[in-house]
Amino acid sequence: MMLLTCPWCGPRDETEYHYGGQAHVAYPENPSDLSDEEWAEYLFFRDNPKGPFAERWSHSAGCRRWFNVVRDTATYEVLEVYTNADPRPVVGSPAGGSR
Amino acid sequence: MAKLLPEHPAWLWRDPEPKASYDAIVVGGGGHGLATAYYLAKNHGMTNIAVLEKGWLAGGNMARNTTIIRSNYLWDESAAIYEFSLKQWEQLPAELDYDFLFSQRGVLNLAHTLQDVREATRRINANRLNRVDAEWLEPDEVAKVCPIVNVSQDVRYPVLGATFQPRAGIAKHDHVAWAFARACDAMGVDIIQNCEVTGFLKDGDRVVGVETTRGRINAGAVGLVAAGHSTVLAEKAGFRLPVQSHPLQALVSELYEPVHPTVVMSNHVHVYVSQAHKGELVMGAGVDAYNGYGQRGSFHVIEHQMAAALELFPIFGRARLLRTWGGIVDVSPDASPVIGPTPLENLYINCGWGTGGFKATPGAGWAMAHTMATGEPHDLNRAFGLERFVSGALIDEHGAAAVAH
Ligand SMILES: Cc1cc2nc3c(=O)[nH]c(=O)nc-3n(C[C@H](O)[C@H](O)[C@H](O)COP(=O)(O)OP(=O)(O)OC[C@H]3O[C@@H](n4cnc5c(N)ncnc54)[C@H](O)[C@@H]3O)c2cc1C
Ligand SMILES: [Zn+2]
Repeated sequence: MMLLTCPWCGPRDETEYHYGGQAHVAYPENPSDLSDEEWAEYLFFRDNPKGPFAERWSHSAGCRRWFNVVRDTATYEVLEVYTNADPRPVVGSPAGGSR
Repeated sequence: MAKLLPEHPAWLWRDPEPKASYDAIVVGGGGHGLATAYYLAKNHGMTNIAVLEKGWLAGGNMARNTTIIRSNYLWDESAAIYEFSLKQWEQLPAELDYDFLFSQRGVLNLAHTLQDVREATRRINANRLNRVDAEWLEPDEVAKVCPIVNVSQDVRYPVLGATFQPRAGIAKHDHVAWAFARACDAMGVDIIQNCEVTGFLKDGDRVVGVETTRGRINAGAVGLVAAGHSTVLAEKAGFRLPVQSHPLQALVSELYEPVHPTVVMSNHVHVYVSQAHKGELVMGAGVDAYNGYGQRGSFHVIEHQMAAALELFPIFGRARLLRTWGGIVDVSPDASPVIGPTPLENLYINCGWGTGGFKATPGAGWAMAHTMATGEPHDLNRAFGLERFVSGALIDEHGAAAVAH
């Protein structure tokens, strides 16, 4: 079980959270202009790195707010926790490098 | 008298040095990679080929899975490849001359809600139209097939019935890998372990070989069969895959007398259970929700599947957990695999089998070998190409396929 720190509520067990996959995937600005290939990218293709990954989590059994985590998908170490209002950390930098 | 165990695997294949060049290279020495090499040699006469495995043979999902084999999938395209595979399983022990304990003990997919019952009935009809054996069992008939299932109606999610596929079953996964490896080796295929593919040799958009931890190797065709690491390799080659890697866990109990004669799966309370030949109760459930390459997941997932198992099988109340483990499964958006060409010439991909690819080992290998040898998909995998994510012709087996193992 992972221990994740909600920016608003503090450290809580993983079971209080809901996973939201890759962070920073914006809804297309002009959806009607997208080609089929672009729609496929938006709907079905996500990054899947082995290493630091910026992902969304929701504190669904707590404050119910969404926030972002940079977590190493190989070690499961949490490298960064930040809200949508925070600047986006540099993903892919070595652990500790961008804190 | 107890039957003698098969020979030790160390004697089943050579341990060759990689050559400078092969007609085809299969990246990944799991079940699908070995089956691909086997059919490249057997069906297409390609024997100057190699399987490159970064660790040891079948050290990935192949020897971590819970070995459920069945073909009762909903959609025609799925039924075709899974049923083709099941037919192969039925004769592979003879063909490979290896008794890997394929046991057709049947699978029950339990229904616990009215919606489950409707979906199950629909799936039975679809299966029958595809000549896949399938029948509906009422709770008392479920109890006849598997007496230890709790079919009393005073539980939180009572068993309302089940689909039953009598030809489904289990097999001994590591022996399957060894059987394919031995047969490949006998046809001249080089099985090269401790050889990680770290990059691709390209001539424009054409792949002409691979970089490995044991040097450069040229190749006519390269097939990526790396399960949970598929996107890691695709990224190195320069294309994207609609696949996410998740931990999937399973567990076994201590060894018990035979109590469980079949395979039971429940999507709704979410667990599936069989009893291995040696006597362990083998159980699994769903993936951990997060992306992960750790070959381990979180304990609450295990706790959850144990709770489900106890609900269905009160007799397990005093069974003891022996071991839990995890693999890395490659999950696609429609819970169906990707088998076909890639945006790069001479580079082919077989991935996206997620939580349920063991049962498809022969069919996946057959189709992948055909695709690599001819450059064209086989009828079995024509619908499973990457282009379906652009055309929208998904093969949505989420839920439709009972449970995804
Ligand atoms: C816990 C669990 C339970 C499961 N239960 C079932 C079930 O009951 N029924 C079912 O049908 N399916 C089940 N599955 C799914 C099934 O195991 C997989 O779909 C299937 O094994 C995938 O194909 P494979 O055997 O080739 O994969 P793997 O055995 O994972 O083979 C991939 C290989 O590629 C190698 N590799 C990766 N990167 C590189 C590289 N760069 N260079 C060289 N080699 C590389 C890996 O080391 C690995 O050996 C389960 C999976 C798990 C984890
Ligand atoms: Zn919170």
